[in-house]
Amino acid sequence: MSDQSTGSELSAEGGHGAVPLKDVPTGEGVTPLEPEWPLYEVFVRGKRGLNHVHVGSLHAADDRMALLHARDVYTRRNEGVSIWVVRADAITASSPDEKDPMFAPSGDKVYRHPTFYDIPDNVPHM
Amino acid sequence: MDSHIATPAEDEHDSAYSGLLVNDAHWAFGTDFEDPLAGVDTTIPDGVDGPTLAAYALMLGDDALVMSHRISEWTSNAPDLEDDIALSNIALDLLGQARLLLARAAKADESVVPVLPEGSPAPPEDAIAYFREAHQFRNVRLTELVNGDFADAVVRVLLFSVWRLATFERLRASRDHVLAAVATKGVKELAYHRDYSARWFVTLAQGTDESRRRLLVALDALWPLWPELFDTHPVEAAAARSGVGVDPAAVREAADGVLDQVLDAAGVPRPEAPRRAGVLGRTGRDGMHGEALGRMLAEMQSVARAHPMGQW
Repeated sequence: MSDQSTGSELSAEGGHGAVPLKDVPTGEGVTPLEPEWPLYEVFVRGKRGLNHVHVGSLHAADDRMALLHARDVYTRRNEGVSIWVVRADAITASSPDEKDPMFAPSGDKVYRHPTFYDIPDNVPHM
Repeated sequence: MDSHIATPAEDEHDSAYSGLLVNDAHWAFGTDFEDPLAGVDTTIPDGVDGPTLAAYALMLGDDALVMSHRISEWTSNAPDLEDDIALSNIALDLLGQARLLLARAAKADESVVPVLPEGSPAPPEDAIAYFREAHQFRNVRLTELVNGDFADAVVRVLLFSVWRLATFERLRASRDHVLAAVATKGVKELAYHRDYSARWFVTLAQGTDESRRRLLVALDALWPLWPELFDTHPVEAAAARSGVGVDPAAVREAADGVLDQVLDAAGVPRPEAPRRAGVLGRTGRDGMHGEALGRMLAEMQSVARAHPMGQW
């Protein structure tokens, strides 16, 4: 159990689940000099893809540098045609503590899946 | 994993990486190390002297090869993982340019290819890269200096890419199809190298006292080699006259203009250090190099020379 009690103090840092946000500057405005560059989450839209997909994270000093780094680290093998980067501390994430109330209620509602319909062959991406 | 999460095969747009291994068509030069000029029209244009074209391609190719090797020495040594990869990418871009240009030189004039033992599988561009002596290299001296700190790498890549991009923008109109194609591809790469290094230049200049101090030291150290980039060697003059090459003197204004923009943005005054003289007027383009190149080549070439019959 973490000593954090609410989801609002947690961030999806590094894509590895929730971590404390304590002492991490958030939002816009002037941030104090930090020993480490802030973390960014990277989303890439592939050549054949429709959506930007989370591919990983990296460190950068500012937004533009994060874009350049993302280009260098995550699109070296011709993967992408578009990149989004966002500071990890700008992401509000659900907490593992609230996993059950958040997700368990949908577990037994199979009727929400569109499996009772025949999807025509010419409807893509379903 | 929840069972309702689709696998990439069913729902391929969920992965940015799906579809990459379907075929090799999207790789710029395939996944194999075959003739880099396969399928390209390598006919020498009418009225162009083959040896002149070869010598000119060697100059541009050696610039890329030596610069690439120096930058590749940063691999695993950069201050940050992300910049390590960025520098490696730049080195690989330049190595790709070098391959094409050295292969072009070999096609235009076979006599530039060192003779290897009978039956050696080394392709011509490898023979040129690995079996020539330092005095046979035609790279400008800026590319060969021993690496310094990260500020040195930033300034070096900036000066090199500003100059080379200005050159390649004109080289796209070359009468030689291969050089025009190399330039067209290279312009996109060099534009990125310039953007990357210019942003770091401004960042270091406007960062801390220490980052600015290091940047200015690096700039002062490399500045004396900037004018050499715009000297016109007789080979370059001949290549320009026949419409296949670019006269370096003709890109000076454009390159200086871009560099001044970067210096302005960084708040760094243009250095005043005088140019580094050649030896009896001879510089990198004449095969006159510093000791650093010889040591670099000794390392770069040692494996290929130890195994001239090697298959890589």
